[in-house]
Amino acid sequence: MASTDAPPLDANRYRQDFPILSSVLHGDQPLVYLDNAATTQRPRCVIEKIVEVYERQYANVHRGIHWLSDQSTDLFEEAREKTRRFINAPLREEVIFTTGATGAINLVARSWGDANLQAGDEILVTEMEHHSNLVPWHQLAERSGCRVKFIPITDEGRLDLEQLPALLTEKTKLVAFTAVSNVLGTINPVVEIVEQAHQAGALALVDAAQSAPHGRNDVQAWNADFVAFSGHKMLAPSGVGILYGRASLLDAMPPFLGGGSMIHRVTMDGFEPAELPAKFEAGTPPIVSAIGLGAAIDYLEDIGVDNIHHYAQMLTQQAHDVLEEVGGVRFFGPPPAEKAGIVSFTLEGIHAHDVAQILDQYGVAIRAGHHCAMPLHKRLGVAASNRASFYFYNTPEEIDALADGLRAAKRVFRR
Amino acid sequence: MSSRKEEEIYQEHVLDHFEDPYHRGELEHRTHVHQGDNPLCGDQICVQLKIDADQRVQEAWFTGDGCCISLASASMLMQALEGKTVDEVRAFTAEEMLELYQARLTPNRQKCCLLSWRVSQAALFSPVQDGVDSGNREPVGGEQSGPHLGEES
Repeated sequence: MASTDAPPLDANRYRQDFPILSSVLHGDQPLVYLDNAATTQRPRCVIEKIVEVYERQYANVHRGIHWLSDQSTDLFEEAREKTRRFINAPLREEVIFTTGATGAINLVARSWGDANLQAGDEILVTEMEHHSNLVPWHQLAERSGCRVKFIPITDEGRLDLEQLPALLTEKTKLVAFTAVSNVLGTINPVVEIVEQAHQAGALALVDAAQSAPHGRNDVQAWNADFVAFSGHKMLAPSGVGILYGRASLLDAMPPFLGGGSMIHRVTMDGFEPAELPAKFEAGTPPIVSAIGLGAAIDYLEDIGVDNIHHYAQMLTQQAHDVLEEVGGVRFFGPPPAEKAGIVSFTLEGIHAHDVAQILDQYGVAIRAGHHCAMPLHKRLGVAASNRASFYFYNTPEEIDALADGLRAAKRVFRR
Repeated sequence: MSSRKEEEIYQEHVLDHFEDPYHRGELEHRTHVHQGDNPLCGDQICVQLKIDADQRVQEAWFTGDGCCISLASASMLMQALEGKTVDEVRAFTAEEMLELYQARLTPNRQKCCLLSWRVSQAALFSPVQDGVDSGNREPVGGEQSGPHLGEES
């Protein structure tokens, strides 16, 4: 253990709230779920909320002149308000329900991007982006003729921000970057990057998919123009995500998807878009998933987002320590204190998929591959890596199980 | 923990092929060559064949990098291909490849096992023309080569 301080929370207490965590695999192996950066598990309170809504409070939202629709609408809007408080957004209409972080970023690329970008303009991203904050900009570049440029990373897995002033020009219209790398675990200095983007006259979009589950995500402290994240990485159902956008920007942007809800009036000749947030929520939204997100936020705030962050960092430090003892482990990214619950590594002489396959036989679930970050893996000089990612319900014993599984992999491959 | 469970996938004969592969390297007088990859895991295999005038595979070699399953299965396949006629290679099915591998594989890992098979099928249609290897544009590395990002994903 890296620290003699008492852990900031009792993981075993919270494990009781997650039915899936008591699973036993392959006959006799307890599930050790270390793939939380891909998606987290659901606590019973979220599952029960979903059941409760479907059994007693479900109808379409913002439509019916009937009791059930009012119930559903109230719960849906309550979830929006909980989300607004969670990210400290100034206004409720700045919180748009999307299908996920990917849906949110694509919304910005299609709506704001198509309306504002042209040939010669530049979008600045980073070498550590997930494909979801990269491909939409490549697509925008194809449509508009703008150019995508990259903030490089250092060999230690941090953003090389010394390069930033030179990369920011009057052509730069947007800096789109992740708050936490989904591979390296690196916690990026969001405030500093947003400030530099603004000084150069560019907007800033923060991909908060990995940071939203871990600690504070204060959009006003960040001073970000757009923030995107997903519910399923923070205990909520899949299929719902959030786009936060500054109201003045969202107001000026054309609608993205057309359909029901997003209109004020439709005539034979055209339409007038609705006010925010409905303007960007065409069609029936992910009603129950959004309400589930509200329940997940209640649960996370009850534990305390700072406690969660500190606990995950403690596990990260422990993972570095015990994996170091295994031998032959190459870590990616900065030291544990600069990571948010993510440890990526390779095991010398054994392909990532073979490592994950053997760990699976011991009930240990990790991710192996390029984790939707192929350019980053090219930069790291490996085709694939292993990633263990932790949450507040993981225990030190589970990290030991990971290390035991790696020793087993070494035995199998006689390394 | 016992090592009993891994043996289902990483059986002794699989590990033998992985550690001491058959015909892993460049084939000098190749007549057919093709390279393919599995972008999901970064595995890439280049199959090099020498097909004689009787339309028979005289020699089969492979280069590339990947997981244990993709490399061991490539080694097994090279052994199996030699001596076969082109028609026999063409008739060699994916199911037969999985049988050749023997160890039981989950659907995702079957893709690893079938990589060299897929490349070998394409190699039959990729003759080396005037000394130009149409299927071997990229450098094919050894153990420490970097990723080769495919265009398939």
